[in-house]
Amino acid sequence: MTGFAGPTLEVRDLKTHFFTRGGVVKAVDGVSFEIGKGRILGLVGESGSGKSITGFSILGLVDPPGRVVEGEIRFKGENLVDQPEERLRAIRGNRIAMIFQDPMMTLNPVLRIDTQMIEAVQAHHSVSADDARQRARDALGRVGIPSPDERLKAYPHQFSGGMRQRVAIAIALLNNPELIIADEPTTALDVTIQGQILYEVQKLCRETGTSLIWITHDLSVVAGLADRICVMYAGKLAESGPVDDVLDRPLHPYTKGLLGSVPSRNRRGSPLAQIPGMTPSLMSLPDGCAFADRCPRAQGDCRQAVPPMAEILPGRLARCIRPHLEDQA
Amino acid sequence: MTVFMVRRLMQSVVVLLVMSVIVFLGVFAIGNPVDILISPDADQLERERAIRALGLDRPLWEQYFVFLANAAKGDLGRSFVFNEPALRLIFERMPATLELAGTAVVLSLVVGIPLGLYAGLKPQAATSKGIMAGSIVGFSLPTFWQGLMFIMVFAVMLGWLPSTGRGQIGTFLGIRSSLFTLDGLAHVILPAVNLALGNAALIIRLTRAGVRETLLQDYIKFARAKGLSHRRVVGVHVLRNILIPLVTVVGLEIAGLIAFAVVTESIFAWPGMGKLIIDSINQLDRPVMVAYLMMIVLLFIVINLIVDVLYSVIDPRVRLQDVKG
Amino acid sequence: MSAPSATAPGKIETPFRRLVSEFVEDRLAVLGAVVLAVILLVALFAPLISPQNPYDLSKLDILDSRLPPGSKSMDGITFWLGTDGQGRDMLSGIFYGLRTSLAVGVFSGILAMVVGMALGLTAAYAGGRTETLIMRLVDLQLSFPTILIALILLAVLGQGVGKIILALVIVQWAYYARTIRGTALVERRREYVEAAICLGLSKPRIIFGHILPNCMPPMIVIGTVQVAGAIALEATLSFLGIGLPITEPSLGLLIANGFEYLLSGKYWISFFPGIALLITIISINLVGDQLRDVLNPRLKR
Repeated sequence: MTGFAGPTLEVRDLKTHFFTRGGVVKAVDGVSFEIGKGRILGLVGESGSGKSITGFSILGLVDPPGRVVEGEIRFKGENLVDQPEERLRAIRGNRIAMIFQDPMMTLNPVLRIDTQMIEAVQAHHSVSADDARQRARDALGRVGIPSPDERLKAYPHQFSGGMRQRVAIAIALLNNPELIIADEPTTALDVTIQGQILYEVQKLCRETGTSLIWITHDLSVVAGLADRICVMYAGKLAESGPVDDVLDRPLHPYTKGLLGSVPSRNRRGSPLAQIPGMTPSLMSLPDGCAFADRCPRAQGDCRQAVPPMAEILPGRLARCIRPHLEDQA
Repeated sequence: MTVFMVRRLMQSVVVLLVMSVIVFLGVFAIGNPVDILISPDADQLERERAIRALGLDRPLWEQYFVFLANAAKGDLGRSFVFNEPALRLIFERMPATLELAGTAVVLSLVVGIPLGLYAGLKPQAATSKGIMAGSIVGFSLPTFWQGLMFIMVFAVMLGWLPSTGRGQIGTFLGIRSSLFTLDGLAHVILPAVNLALGNAALIIRLTRAGVRETLLQDYIKFARAKGLSHRRVVGVHVLRNILIPLVTVVGLEIAGLIAFAVVTESIFAWPGMGKLIIDSINQLDRPVMVAYLMMIVLLFIVINLIVDVLYSVIDPRVRLQDVKG
Repeated sequence: MSAPSATAPGKIETPFRRLVSEFVEDRLAVLGAVVLAVILLVALFAPLISPQNPYDLSKLDILDSRLPPGSKSMDGITFWLGTDGQGRDMLSGIFYGLRTSLAVGVFSGILAMVVGMALGLTAAYAGGRTETLIMRLVDLQLSFPTILIALILLAVLGQGVGKIILALVIVQWAYYARTIRGTALVERRREYVEAAICLGLSKPRIIFGHILPNCMPPMIVIGTVQVAGAIALEATLSFLGIGLPITEPSLGLLIANGFEYLLSGKYWISFFPGIALLITIISINLVGDQLRDVLNPRLKR
């Protein structure tokens, strides 16, 4: 594995659909991106845009009635789609780890922290309970939890939200994964805690060379964190590119709309722009561009066919036939 | 923990007192105590003497305290029918009932939990639908009729198992039980299965509901994301969580089984306290009724206490609250 | 975790229509509902459809007693389900028994619901001592098995239709009270209640017009379970000989009458009334089970 030179993770045309009573929900519908060793990718979108489902698809954790129907997920060259469960299990938590959104819900309330950490080590390495405990203690120390020995014997409800998320991060770090998928891990926390955790995760990834996918709805979070970002809308990528370019000079009207709705210091006093209308239902998407009905630039041809994801500028892709080229320097 | 125990014990004493008032008022005040305590053959003079001797001419609250004082000494009156202390009659028959109820509890857990787990983990499988349909039938079957059908099929038509009595009683480690002899085991099967069936159906449904609810939780997905094996996720993460509601219900159900043993014992002529109470009701043997009620209240209080303690052992969140409280 | 939104556009669904369409998805539940409807009709029209009035002693012939199913009587009627020890047609007996069993079960269920809802809402609204008193009573009641409470009551009160209904109400009311109090406490904190208070609506208007309708789904689910339980309990008590008197025979008493003949192989006297009882309870439980799934928002996907 050490000799592998390609990207850590390469997702090609991923489609994850939910087969519900009311019809097929195309939660993820043709998403492609890649992430190199030690890089950080921001996956941005509103709730319901399919960003979390994308994360679960990578780990093979999509629950019925949903499943990956098409596409490839190449992890270090190996396609994870349709791998047997046992193979995926060996990768989960070991080489690819995940951090969830709500720290109050991710730790099992009736099991002690040490139980939950030791089992994560022992699921992948045949080490003694003492060695596993030592690793757990080290991991807690790395995420800045004081007196880890005492903390190991505690139950989740004895921790604050921020502390629990640190524990979850420590669990993710236990087996030194090559990739961490973080699904809005700071959304449920106080702003001050958010900042600390962001900083620490970034530092840890740089130190260990771990790649990171940071899923969020909050553009300001990824601004200081990610190398590249992908913006998702209604199950598809709307735009992707280097973080500064995308945030400073968005190509897609949706990205621009999102940016306009974030309060910022520069434009104090000016009214917040809102994107008019509502996210379309994933069960009955329009024929053309999914954003057309809310887009100020949309014209007739936008509603005829879904625009392809095209490289509009070098290294910058957007799914739009009328991108904001006028803003580009 | 000690604070918690003391508080629970005090609550239990209150419940016991309240129940004693209810039982006293119910059996002694609403019914005519003269008819209850004095032989109907007695003449007028004897009756009056007896009324005075028993203190029935005193005010009700005074009578209650006499009743309470006697009860505290373990004297709950003498049975008219057996002419023995009522409490001794109850104690003689209690082991048979506990044996029957205990066997039924074990049976229903051994059958109910695995089937419920299966149905909860694979809700769409045909087997699961079969289990759930079966559990509705088991839940709906009236115990008494089901018992009659057991007797008809297994005792009358097939002749496989005995349908009445407790069989031979063996002694093992100083405990006397019919579970220790083959003949006793043969006798206990039908009544225990009869008693267990409805309870097993309930446990299946409860386990399944708990599993389905727990599987939706984020911590289960997180456990899977850690790469734990399916066995570990189900066996530790799911099971530990459904154990909490299960312990509560099983505790209540043990009490329920002891009470419902009344029906099973009457049908299978099982010599337990349930059969005794039905006979006593039919023969108006009220001291035995009172003794039975007080004993069963005591039994329930003890069971509830055990359940509460177990609960705090299993659920760490409860434990913390009680340390604080 | 963001779940995909799944609202179907264009189709206007009333909540009731949605419930019905979800209810009919389970074929077993539909079967239960149909069977239950048939049973209710049979019970309602028992005097019209029974081949014989089983309680008119002048119509019974002791020579017809204990005939197996399918036998003909002295005057030519066919006893499809046989006869009991007094020469009574079992089919007619079951029709009349269903009538009694269902009447007692449903009536006590409704009465218990009314009493339970009144006390539960009082507890939720009065608070303080009243609430503590009512809820303690509920706890006490629920910590004892139904059959035990019924046994005590009937032992003290004696037999009779009114007494057994009273006993059934007493063993059931606490379930309703506990549930409605819980739901009401949640509902009263909802925005729509605050809005109603802001509009200056009167307290009874808010309780009965706004909160009560929102408490109904769990009440309906409990109601079905409780009626099934009440029917089974009444049958059990009647079987034990401390329930309904012989003049108002329910299914339980019919089954008890057959007990003595069972050991000699005359199964039908106990068997058929039991089947009728079982089918009744199962169909109510099937309907209740599906209602619970349909009305429970937590299991929705």
